[in-house]
Amino acid sequence: MVPLSWYLIFAAALFSIGLFGVLARRNAVAILLGVELMLNSVNINLAAFWRYGDVTRMTGQVFAIIVFAVAAAEVAVGLALVISVYRRRNTVVADEINMMKW
Amino acid sequence: MTGEQIIFILVAVFTLVSGFMVVTSRNLIHAALWLVSALFGVAVAYALLNAAFLAVVQVVVYIGAIAILFIFAVMLTRKDMRDQGPQMNPNWWAGAVLAVLVFAGLVFLLLSWGGLSATAADMPADFDTISELGNALVSPDAYVLPFEVASVLLVAALIGAVYVAYNRK
Repeated sequence: MVPLSWYLIFAAALFSIGLFGVLARRNAVAILLGVELMLNSVNINLAAFWRYGDVTRMTGQVFAIIVFAVAAAEVAVGLALVISVYRRRNTVVADEINMMKW
Repeated sequence: MTGEQIIFILVAVFTLVSGFMVVTSRNLIHAALWLVSALFGVAVAYALLNAAFLAVVQVVVYIGAIAILFIFAVMLTRKDMRDQGPQMNPNWWAGAVLAVLVFAGLVFLLLSWGGLSATAADMPADFDTISELGNALVSPDAYVLPFEVASVLLVAALIGAVYVAYNRK
């Protein structure tokens, strides 16, 4: 049987990789790819805590499903913004999207 | 080392390598395809955790919808940056340092927590995870309210996405 720690450390590593993607990439679509990795690592944690806790209480899985819905909403709005900005400014580089910078 | 542990290590290494390729590929289409394989590895991790419904939803929603949406977005913003200039910030090393620090901090916190070496009890016999999950999602005693709020959020976000991306010309 796999100990709980393996899942948690796996999820922490995936979260850190996604964090690096969010911080380091210049392309706005690539930043959203990093956010997806981070959301997935959180879901692994939720499923692991459900499995290693009391399996008759479904809290962990329900929370994971709500995270799925929020991730779908996030990616739809995020990509719509990227496409809209691309149409107006002809760029997807996060540094160059500075219309609201004062 | 049991068979399950070997499978877990293979899946974890596959997922982490795919995730690393997602954040480092120069070509964004390749990054999106690596995201598909990372998401598939996560689905296998759900299956190892006996969360069958999550594994199926991961494949259908994440791989079938979200990853495809990414590929479309990459193609629609096509004047891509492959040829011109770097893909990373000039400050990418600071992001790398921060990511390593976050990972080290998380591992430190986990190691100082007592419940870390917990092993899972066997699944109770004749316990139907999927019907229990369905009951929990629609039962007034459980999570029907968060479930409905999530559906309202999804509708609002999709209408907002259509409005934002709509071409008025």
